[in-house]
Amino acid sequence: MADAPNSPGPRPRPFGRPLSPHLQIYRWPITMAASITHRATGIALAAGTLLLCWWLIAAASGPDSYALFAGVAANPLGEIVLFGFLWSLCFHLLNGIRHLAWDVGYGFKVPTAKLTAALVYVGSLLLAAGAFAIGLMVRGGLGT
Amino acid sequence: MSVGHLRTPLAKIEGLGSARTGTLHFWHQRMTAVALVPLSIWFVASALAYVGAPQGAVAAYFSQPVNAVPMFLFILASTYHMSLGVQIIIEDYFHNEGQKIALLMLNRFAAWAIGAASAFALVKMALSGQ
Repeated sequence: MADAPNSPGPRPRPFGRPLSPHLQIYRWPITMAASITHRATGIALAAGTLLLCWWLIAAASGPDSYALFAGVAANPLGEIVLFGFLWSLCFHLLNGIRHLAWDVGYGFKVPTAKLTAALVYVGSLLLAAGAFAIGLMVRGGLGT
Repeated sequence: MSVGHLRTPLAKIEGLGSARTGTLHFWHQRMTAVALVPLSIWFVASALAYVGAPQGAVAAYFSQPVNAVPMFLFILASTYHMSLGVQIIIEDYFHNEGQKIALLMLNRFAAWAIGAASAFALVKMALSGQ
């Protein structure tokens, strides 16, 4: 309990005493970076569900309310957000599969974990870029 | 389970397991994760093809059961998976009890609101037959 009556509470660190390691002190192994990115992309995707919700509501509400969404989506900034959402989904999907493999006991050796982390980064970028390029072509074909 | 030997003899003979929800959160997070592997691949394909499409095309797409049903499942699984994930983040980083409880409630409310609004829009398109 943070507010226990006799809790000493945070005190200033005495001069010259050692400080236990924390995020800004550790070097960044790729496995740690992948773990943090997994969490960050999870938060990004949670925010992205608002956009998905907006898209569906706009499409269900008729051409007028859809025009606003389509205008924002066609904006270069909208495209950047769309790509960010897409890459977040690709990363979270691939790293999620990595997590599921761990859950059944595979891939725990340090070299393996490092390799799969690197594969997730490269794979998610390739996947997102490829899917985004195909999407641009398809949408160009629909004549928006 | 291999953790059996870590339990006390009393806990073993009582065999009652956890007093709370045990591994339910963990298990639901994994089940929704597995479900979301095919669902999110399908969703990305659909979204990339239809995000810039005219309103009529999007409504027509989701009016077909073969698209409306996976989209409904995607909304359910993703908003539930989201609420489970954000819950862990809140529990990890917020140590003030009042603040934590408020955020945990807000998290569930937000997930239900987003899920309900998305599902309602989808059902509206699915039933209005474009």
